[in-house]
Amino acid sequence: MNADTTMTTELQGNVFAFLKKYVTLLVLLGMIGLFAVIAPNFATPNNFIILLRQVSFTAISAVGIAFVMISGGMDLSIGAQITLTNVLTAILLARMGVPPVLVIVFCLALGTFLGTTNGYISNLLKVHPLIVTLGTMTIFKGLGYIAAGGNSISGLPESFKWLGQGYIGPIPVPVAIMGLVLLAGGFILNKTYFGRYIFALGGNEEAARLAGVNTQRMKVFVFAICGFFSAITSLLLLSRVFSGQVTTGAGMEFDCMTAAVLGGISFKGGEGTILGLLTGVLIIGVLNNALQLLSLGDYYQMVVKGLVLLAAVGFDTWQKNHKASKSRRPATQGAVAA
Amino acid sequence: MDEQIALSLKNITKQYPGVLALDRVSLDFVQGEVHALLGENGAGKSTLIKVIAGAIEPDAGVIQIGAQQYTQMNPHLARSLGVEVIYQEFNLAPSLSVAENIFLGDKTGRGILIDKKVMVQRAREVFKQFAIDIDPHALVRDLPSAQQQIVEIAKAVSKNVRILIMDEPTAPLTVSEVDSMFEIVRQLKARGVTILYISHRLEEIFRIADKVSVLRDGRYIATRATAATNRKELISLMVGRELKESYPARTVAPREVALEVRHLSGNGDEDISFSVRKGEILGLSGLVGAGRTELARVIFGAEPAESGEILLEGRPVQIRSPQDAINLGIGLIPEDRKHQGVFLDMDIKWNISFTQVRQLSRYAVVDGRRETTLAEKFRNLLRIKTPSLEQQVKNLSGGNQQKVVLAKSLAAQSKVLIFDEPTRGIDVGAKQEIYNLMCALADDGLAIIMISSDMEELLGMADRILVLCEGRIAGEVPRAQFNQNLILDLASGKH
Repeated sequence: MNADTTMTTELQGNVFAFLKKYVTLLVLLGMIGLFAVIAPNFATPNNFIILLRQVSFTAISAVGIAFVMISGGMDLSIGAQITLTNVLTAILLARMGVPPVLVIVFCLALGTFLGTTNGYISNLLKVHPLIVTLGTMTIFKGLGYIAAGGNSISGLPESFKWLGQGYIGPIPVPVAIMGLVLLAGGFILNKTYFGRYIFALGGNEEAARLAGVNTQRMKVFVFAICGFFSAITSLLLLSRVFSGQVTTGAGMEFDCMTAAVLGGISFKGGEGTILGLLTGVLIIGVLNNALQLLSLGDYYQMVVKGLVLLAAVGFDTWQKNHKASKSRRPATQGAVAA
Repeated sequence: MDEQIALSLKNITKQYPGVLALDRVSLDFVQGEVHALLGENGAGKSTLIKVIAGAIEPDAGVIQIGAQQYTQMNPHLARSLGVEVIYQEFNLAPSLSVAENIFLGDKTGRGILIDKKVMVQRAREVFKQFAIDIDPHALVRDLPSAQQQIVEIAKAVSKNVRILIMDEPTAPLTVSEVDSMFEIVRQLKARGVTILYISHRLEEIFRIADKVSVLRDGRYIATRATAATNRKELISLMVGRELKESYPARTVAPREVALEVRHLSGNGDEDISFSVRKGEILGLSGLVGAGRTELARVIFGAEPAESGEILLEGRPVQIRSPQDAINLGIGLIPEDRKHQGVFLDMDIKWNISFTQVRQLSRYAVVDGRRETTLAEKFRNLLRIKTPSLEQQVKNLSGGNQQKVVLAKSLAAQSKVLIFDEPTRGIDVGAKQEIYNLMCALADDGLAIIMISSDMEELLGMADRILVLCEGRIAGEVPRAQFNQNLILDLASGKH
């Protein structure tokens, strides 16, 4: 009798823990189920591939911002980084005729450099990266506008089309690259000692420093990774749009942050998973895609996205408080980072 | 003259997990007296004043203020009864003016508007009464800390204070500033304000207090009139408890010098020279703020050294960061476990292997099997009580958390270990285990530097004690001459 009640409470505890852990995933599946019924042409293989391509650009940059956020930082400048690398890359390709392979290397190097700059300035000024990247965001954007001179840059070589518009079998190239980036991100975060250091930095910077981590170098490293991933996004978008635009990348930082927060990456740092991030990205992607299919315009999409974000964050806070006040049983909690 | 009791505490008890912070403390405070509270760190002084101020709720007991009895107090009620506290950390708003700070939370003016003129005028009146010369318009952040302290007092006085609690009020002050603050205290006393005065500085207590009450381990010990007691008696009341822990016997004599520090300055410390041998436990004693933790952090590379030399096994070494120190085999068990020692949200294995995670990696990929082996080894060695290595550290008891911190440093194969308050906030059983471990490590040939504010523990554990006072070495006491009074005298600059 007694054993029975214990087992039931244990079971309830486990169910609760399960719900807590996978709530965003369940929300995503629920949304897919709902839209499969009410949105015409939503649940078709073709649409899923389109959907994945739509989210791939955000997803790649979001991995970068996930690194920064897990380390306890923030990068508001990724949209502007994309704008700047996009415009400069377009100029090299279209106006100066530099071979695409070299241009790709240049773009990735430039993105990494921009990220590194963010990291160095944060260390130098000892100011929170949120403020630093607020500044560099404006600078990068300004430089992008100066370089473009108010025009869009067209006349890119045909050979550059493949990256954003091509397919590998049935899979669009950006989707394949997104897959690689997600895998690489998850691998670095979970399997390497760099990943440990990143979690340590966000979890407890002073303890990390006292444990022998070069915290300043790690910060630069994280921003460099973020810049690198954003440069990949920039290349894919340039190839997809097929002309250099100063509007490319605008607002990307907020899409990425929304996805990250939905995916359970804390603003305080020290926690988050790539799987969670992917879930967050897909929730936004599914909403965008389905609302489009339902012929609701962009403006409605914005409102819905905002509401979903607030609901997700509200639930998260609620269940954390709930847990704190109700249960003192540690056994059901899994390690967040493992 | 009739003695009127302003504040009476009866059987105040407060239990924290693992610690009985206050154990049936009963104390009376007479109106218009300066009553000092004395006790070692952790004796319960801070908890007691927080209970009186309503900042924490006691588990049991009665607080009587005037004729009213209360079983619960809250900050608002305490304030309305005329209880004001000046805490160690100032509670002023630095970017507001002196006058604005004094009347913060008071209504001066009409409606939601603040009448600055009235405020400044009233501030002037308060200052005039006490012959204070501070411009009410000045911003608090522009004032030296002594004047900020006076603004704190003025703030309390302006609220019709009847019981003023001062927690280490002279800590940030110079000698002449202390004099002028005492003048104000005397004036307050003359007006019938009861003052609870907390200080580690005995000479101040003799200068300013009428009575002194001693707390030890959360219990009330005794009250003496300052005129009828002396230093010696107070110190023995403060520290003279029976032995509770046993300190393991050491089996190996200290061998060659492991770490030597020559004329080291930095982080507030000046010209520190000492050495510690393999197999030796060197105790570092001193009052709070004497520069012990600061010294540890300089040696460990967490703060830069300004000048001086550090030699490890006879070779001069450069330590510019904790990373350098760890690579050289110096480990630090920091004072503030939660903020400096562990990653609370991460699991035990993750924490233990953290300093070694790079060495456990091949091509940057952490070898999970070697990591588990390492963590398992230290879990057994230190007897960390946990059902699993995947347990989050925040779910462990203080003692087990401390073992995780220790494991982290041991995993890095340290040759010199600096323990900063290794037993703070952990229960007696875990304390004993930590003592045993430290002795076993010393016997194995590690050089250990032990910082502790617990005098008895230091006397029990150390082979030699180095006493710091105001950032300098005040003396060195070998085990044969261990004596609490001598060390306390050195620590308070009496020699």
